Amino acid sequence: MRKAKNIFENIDYLSVILYLVLVFIGFFNIYASEFNDDANEIFNLSKRHGKQLLFIFISSLIAFFLIIIDWKFFFSLSFLIYALSISSLILILFVGKITNGSLSWFDFGSFRIQPSEFAKFATALALARYINLFSIKKFNFSKTILCFGLVLIPLLLITIQNDTGTALVFLSFVLVLYREGLTENVLIFGISIFLLTILCLILDFFVFLIILFFIVSVIFYFLKKKKKNIINILILFVFCIAYSYSVSYIVKNILPKHQSDRIMVVLGQKKDPYGIGYNVIQSKIAIGSGGLIGKGFLKGTQTRFDFVPEQSTDFIFCTIGEEWGFSGALIFISLYLALLLRILFLSERQRSNFSRVYGYSVACILFFHFLINIGMTIGLFPVVGIPLPFISYGGSSLISFTILLFVFLNLDSYRLQILR
Amino acid sequence: MKNSLRKNVVALFFIAVSIIFLVKLFYIQVLNEEYKFSAKNNVLRYDVLQPVRGLVFDRDSNLIVSNEPAFDIIVVPREVTKIDTTVFCNSINIPKVDFIEKLNSAIEYSKYRESIFEKQIDAITAANFREKLYQFPGFYLRKVTKRIYPHKNLGHLIGFMGEVNSKKMKEDNFYIKGDLHGVSGIEASYENKLRGKKGMSIRLVDVHNRTQGKFNNGEYDTLAIRGKNLISTIDIELQNYGNQLLNDKLGSIVAINPKNGEILSLVSSPNFDPEKLSGKNRSNNYKKLINNRTKPMFNRALLGEYPPGSTFKIINSLICLQEKTLNVNNFYNCDGKYFFEKDRSVKCHKHTSKVNLSDAIKYSCNPFFCENFEKYFDKFDSSEKAYKNWFAHVTSFGIGDWMNNDFFSGRKGLLPKADYYNNYYGKNNWNSSTIISMSIGQGELLITPIQLANLSAIIANRGFFYTPHIIKTIENELSIDSNFINKKFCSINKEHFKYVIEGMFDVVNSKNGTAYNPKIERFNICGKTGTAQNPHGDDHSIYIAFAPKNNPEIAIAVFIENAGWGSKWAAPIGNNFIQKYFELKDK
Repeated sequence: MRKAKNIFENIDYLSVILYLVLVFIGFFNIYASEFNDDANEIFNLSKRHGKQLLFIFISSLIAFFLIIIDWKFFFSLSFLIYALSISSLILILFVGKITNGSLSWFDFGSFRIQPSEFAKFATALALARYINLFSIKKFNFSKTILCFGLVLIPLLLITIQNDTGTALVFLSFVLVLYREGLTENVLIFGISIFLLTILCLILDFFVFLIILFFIVSVIFYFLKKKKKNIINILILFVFCIAYSYSVSYIVKNILPKHQSDRIMVVLGQKKDPYGIGYNVIQSKIAIGSGGLIGKGFLKGTQTRFDFVPEQSTDFIFCTIGEEWGFSGALIFISLYLALLLRILFLSERQRSNFSRVYGYSVACILFFHFLINIGMTIGLFPVVGIPLPFISYGGSSLISFTILLFVFLNLDSYRLQILR
Repeated sequence: MKNSLRKNVVALFFIAVSIIFLVKLFYIQVLNEEYKFSAKNNVLRYDVLQPVRGLVFDRDSNLIVSNEPAFDIIVVPREVTKIDTTVFCNSINIPKVDFIEKLNSAIEYSKYRESIFEKQIDAITAANFREKLYQFPGFYLRKVTKRIYPHKNLGHLIGFMGEVNSKKMKEDNFYIKGDLHGVSGIEASYENKLRGKKGMSIRLVDVHNRTQGKFNNGEYDTLAIRGKNLISTIDIELQNYGNQLLNDKLGSIVAINPKNGEILSLVSSPNFDPEKLSGKNRSNNYKKLINNRTKPMFNRALLGEYPPGSTFKIINSLICLQEKTLNVNNFYNCDGKYFFEKDRSVKCHKHTSKVNLSDAIKYSCNPFFCENFEKYFDKFDSSEKAYKNWFAHVTSFGIGDWMNNDFFSGRKGLLPKADYYNNYYGKNNWNSSTIISMSIGQGELLITPIQLANLSAIIANRGFFYTPHIIKTIENELSIDSNFINKKFCSINKEHFKYVIEGMFDVVNSKNGTAYNPKIERFNICGKTGTAQNPHGDDHSIYIAFAPKNNPEIAIAVFIENAGWGSKWAAPIGNNFIQKYFELKDK
């Protein structure tokens, strides 16, 4: 049992250390990306690294506060926090400020807040609380729908704000639901749709049809030739054609040009070294030029001379790759993976559904950011602007990920108290 | 699947993605040599390949806009070291103050990116400069093209080029600082067709700016695609002839082929040489032109707004015929004056007193049209209703609104709405007598020469027009804007036109017509003169005409500022112009 006097005895210090290491890796790389010939004091609040230091300080205070608070606070307020978060997402549609083409900031003078960052936290809490209401075995259809509803509402609201990157992160909850007993068919379906989407975009439609027809014939050959099977397979075939046709139509005709161009650049269907492809080429050059051991701290050339845009936020991984090389990237990715796996491990040792589902949500949200952000810097993913948690410059993002993580560490410290 | 297994699936997924990332990183950081150049502090240089701007031809394929090679000096401020500025400035002939100013402006834009230092220096200066280039690190020469205008008096038509401003750069990311774009005329309205597509070549350069080869073997390079050539509807010989006719005069001639709306000539005088507004002396020349009292930069053919004068009587006749308030067989007795109020009258000129519609047009009899304007108003139970109906008819001739043609600039002219009079005189407090001057094309009415030429084309076509346009074909495009191909009808039925056309024929071909000239009988010209009262000075002389009477192929409008009666200057010039058209055609 956790008692007031040994509040800090039950905290998982490995996670806290990993967190701190990552945050400071972030700080030093922001410093490096901002570094130039003039004004390099560490505590310069007009510079991004100076501000980031302030954000780290604020985050530490918040983390401390979150640790000493009672776990019941989060448990009982879950739905309220969710409701507030959804309201703020709706409100921003009317009073928000447009930044980089997406309408996702509240503006309070010099201080801005991005409610979509906090929506992830709120959704994780609400989902955990909701699944806690019933036991795993009763995970039936209507409850599945409700779970998806909880996730889809913020996802759609954020999509309307034109913040595709953050909206994508909400897909991470599918992994959480999978862990909680959602049938794996959903995952298989998701992956098939993903493959189908890519194939229909990179292949000529006619070639695509032939391949599809070939696959269907092979399946048909191995299936028993029952009438039911034949009908099913025909329906599947027609569905695939209709789906892929509409996908290529949407991408080519309905999506805003900059988004469809980004997709086409990643799929290698389009070359645009000065426009859309510029970021990706520059980012790959920066990372690639790091070599095995990197150029050393503050010695990066590509990262500094304005070549890579958004260097301190979305493309911060370029600095790591260039200045620390493959070995640095290896260590960095290992540390990140260690934190993710540690959170999964902690989640599995929870006795309550609430804590476990929340823990999984934290791990999966962080993982999706990691996946999309690094994937985009090395050209495996379209350029969608989302930060690398704990590393990228930005107050909203650092604070919200700190809250996300430390609420879980709080729940974990109470794990012996919290029952189903 | 059991949950313990599922837990492993999630963890394995995390690990798998991390491994994929590491493999990809290992590939681009360790195995792939293409990215290694930067480890030696090399950088990529992006060379913008400027596309060659499209050419413009006249309708008979005579070149009216072409290109010539020139050079831009590019600077990358970060690479600039201490150089001998005197040698630099002398070699390209600029004062030292300019040098400092230009360099600072480039630094302000970006230290690391290239900006244009000096634009469009000619090939000889560039050759001299190139020899000394090794002394000036950070400066480069880039081959570009310069616009050449073989005809010196086409400034209004072709327009000229200017540097993009920051607003334009924001709107359209095609442009970077220092780029040129069309500012007026065809250069501006067809900018997107003419400009082509920029190319890009990516080079590796070492710290000494020596090229180390192409990045990725040129895999990311794209070629510049030249702009599209345009064929204009202009007949350059006719255009030049028009310019000669208007030499030393202020005014304009617009000629349209009524069969398809193609503009054969668009003359505005005085004119200017577009070449003066490109190259080095641009700003000086611009100042001179803009301060000139005769306003040579003002395109009178498109922007000049004048009262249409008696030419407008044609529209009023047609409206009265359409509304059946005018009978072509009735005669009117003109006694030289028309009293629209007890002691206020509109005067007329000397002519036989008994006139029908055709005679009235031939003599341009004012009282006839005042009388019929009032008769038309009497048909309706309120002045406002009558005026609104009249307004709708006039609007259908394209008057009082934008033309929606392919010009960069234009004016609506002025056709007051009924509300204007309601506000001015009070509702129900005005009638046809109040606005009697409208019947003879004076009053508040304003019309641009191109609108008037279009009116002439409508009469020539007996009731329809094609929106006048200046470009006939665009290279590799099947057709021009559908707006220019669609027939547009005015609200007057075809059968009414023959009476006014008879009158217009007499204007030129009958002994006492206002534009009579026995030498041009064979061209069957129909015309109408006009005189616009000008409160600021002498009256403007106006003439519209088309020819031949049957199956017309040219319709014109001529405005000569401060030249008095229409019959004095505008009509002879217009007839002369039409004569030239047929002569050129027979050649």
